[in-house]
Amino acid sequence: MPAGLRAIDCDVHPMVPAMSALAPYLDEFWRDQVVERGITQLDSQSWPINAPKTIRADWRDEKGRGASTVSALQTQALEPFGADLAILNPLYGVQMVLNADMAVAFTRALNDWIRAEWLDRDPRLRASIVLPLQDIGAAVAEIERLAPDRRFVQALVLAMGDAPLGKREFWPVYEACVRHGLPLGVHAGSAYRHPQTSVGWTSWYLEEYVANQQAFQSQLASLITEGALGKFPGMKVVLLESGVTWLPAFLWRLGKTWKGVRFEVPWVDRAPAELVRDQVRLTVQPFDAPEDDPGAVQRILDHLRSEDMLLWASDWPHWQFDGDAAVPPGFPASTLPKLLRDNALATYDRLRGEEGSQ
Amino acid sequence: MNVIQAPSQLAHPGKPAAATLGLVDVDIHPRAHGLADYKPWLSERWWNYAQEYGARARHGFTGGQPPFPKAQPLACRRDAWPPGGGTPASDLNFLRSHHLDAHGIDVGVLNPLQPSGQGDRNNGFSAAMAHAVNEWQLETWLRPEPRLRGSVVVPYEDAAASAAEIRKRAGDPNFCQVLMMSRTAEPAGNPRYWPIYEAAAEAGLPVAFHAFGYSGWAMTNTGWPSFYIEEVSEHATSCQNQVTSLVVEGVFERLPALKVVLIECGFAWLPSVAWRLDRHWRHLKAEVPHLRRAPSEVIREHIWVSTQPMEEPEVGRHLKDVMGWIGWNRILFATDYPHWDFDDPRAALPATLPEEHRRDIYGGNARGVYGF
Repeated sequence: MPAGLRAIDCDVHPMVPAMSALAPYLDEFWRDQVVERGITQLDSQSWPINAPKTIRADWRDEKGRGASTVSALQTQALEPFGADLAILNPLYGVQMVLNADMAVAFTRALNDWIRAEWLDRDPRLRASIVLPLQDIGAAVAEIERLAPDRRFVQALVLAMGDAPLGKREFWPVYEACVRHGLPLGVHAGSAYRHPQTSVGWTSWYLEEYVANQQAFQSQLASLITEGALGKFPGMKVVLLESGVTWLPAFLWRLGKTWKGVRFEVPWVDRAPAELVRDQVRLTVQPFDAPEDDPGAVQRILDHLRSEDMLLWASDWPHWQFDGDAAVPPGFPASTLPKLLRDNALATYDRLRGEEGSQ
Repeated sequence: MNVIQAPSQLAHPGKPAAATLGLVDVDIHPRAHGLADYKPWLSERWWNYAQEYGARARHGFTGGQPPFPKAQPLACRRDAWPPGGGTPASDLNFLRSHHLDAHGIDVGVLNPLQPSGQGDRNNGFSAAMAHAVNEWQLETWLRPEPRLRGSVVVPYEDAAASAAEIRKRAGDPNFCQVLMMSRTAEPAGNPRYWPIYEAAAEAGLPVAFHAFGYSGWAMTNTGWPSFYIEEVSEHATSCQNQVTSLVVEGVFERLPALKVVLIECGFAWLPSVAWRLDRHWRHLKAEVPHLRRAPSEVIREHIWVSTQPMEEPEVGRHLKDVMGWIGWNRILFATDYPHWDFDDPRAALPATLPEEHRRDIYGGNARGVYGF
């Protein structure tokens, strides 16, 4: 990492060791349910604990797990990569829960666990408010409950949910996000309401991991065509662990189709690529550039036609790179100040003016 | 739609000058007037069934009504309706004058769409229909018109029946490929489909995936979209899944002779899928020891794409980057006649693409993959 740039790490993942860790943050009824019904963990197939991608080998503890303490984050990511701010995006499987009341209770507990056991222990940390989209009213209420704590800088949902995110049923959430200056973070992973592909369930984890790339395209198409981006021009959408190289081809296709059939969605009065450049941001781990073509990254950056869209992230503890090579290879040095810091400050209202302080 | 009205006095006013290796259109959609066209080749049982229940795709609508209404009737060019009546591309003589002659098409590949029975909920009906559609192609199009080649329509959700249909057509030069739709009920690399690929490889026929079909699952991995514009752009995502599945399941490791042609799927997304697969395969190799080569190498060797609908970069020269990454020898020209988003051969390929590459895309590459 280049010295002196005071990087902002936009995607790190504290991992909940077990449901018992959330027990102190549940009310008596749900604490009892967890015990009586034997709910021991909510680990998701999106992140199989022992799979090599989920936790980098040298970041695992003696039990093979990881990312469960602030000190691990400090010594494995914050310090070696020189970040002075990091945004916590917990991926515990609360989105998979089918009982909406249970989902709301578990999600609130998860957010409270993040606040008490992470945010309170290091002033460099910020977090996303995990949203229980199983109940839209409760998701809005969760934003209202936590937004007064300005260490919560974003609202967080998964790339694969129940319905595409542009649908009108979600708009009260976006209204609350805009009101509180919170970008909508969309992170790789599934709530498993649908198969990982539009052609059914995948056999291999490699296929499933790759299929996140399709979810992000579908979510953007929905946010654009339903008019959500147009309705909330102040809303930023941050795609987390999305990969990046798919974006130009997606925009070229959607833009062309929009020219042909825009009569169907007359409220979309700007080209999709313009809307995306204004309102959508992406983290760069992974970036998914070719490994044997050093010039390709520059060409892909040209295709994006913007220097403001990409945000650096380590994706700790997921295995995206080895050693300290936390910036994907091929980025010209001139792009690094924006990539590592300035773009994040421009994206996250709540990081501006209070950097490094609580 | 890119249509240029051409002076009628020229023999082939619509043939691009760069097509010096011939002009091959890999995507023409012939259409039956109705199910009755197939009656000569359907048993009484299936004919009666077709009357009483009709085609039942994996969505709730009947009578060919799609869940996302098209942008215009039958998604067709307004000027493609034959003056003598009938639906677009249902009349060989009008297809000749309006398309083959006008644009100087040397070889046209037929991809029959619905009503073809493909992807039907009833495998028996699907198999009966596939057989009838193939006979109908021979009788109505392929024997009377030497410029046309057919696709072996297969009831792909029943791999054994599909393989039998392929073996029936093997060696018939009228057919140049096996046709599947891109939205299958399970990812295309799933072993349940392998008998199709084995029979195709054995017959020396490429397998084409044409955009469309209904998998029975939501059209995105995050649920049902609302609009036709989404349905159309989501073809890219479902085809990305199919490439991923074919590669990761090891179909090409198993069948080194298999060629796959993606038709009307777009193509600019392919490099990114290959890069992503390579990158994460490197970390997840132990899960898929049957993959002995980098996914990008396998894709480069086994997969061809067609031009229409061609992604349109905001900056024209960016198209060259993408075509170079895919491989200039892997891109086949397609018009999608008679559909609304038809690409006129003269206007489809920007003049900024080097002439020798345009020449190959218009004809040379198709000759290579199909052996025309």
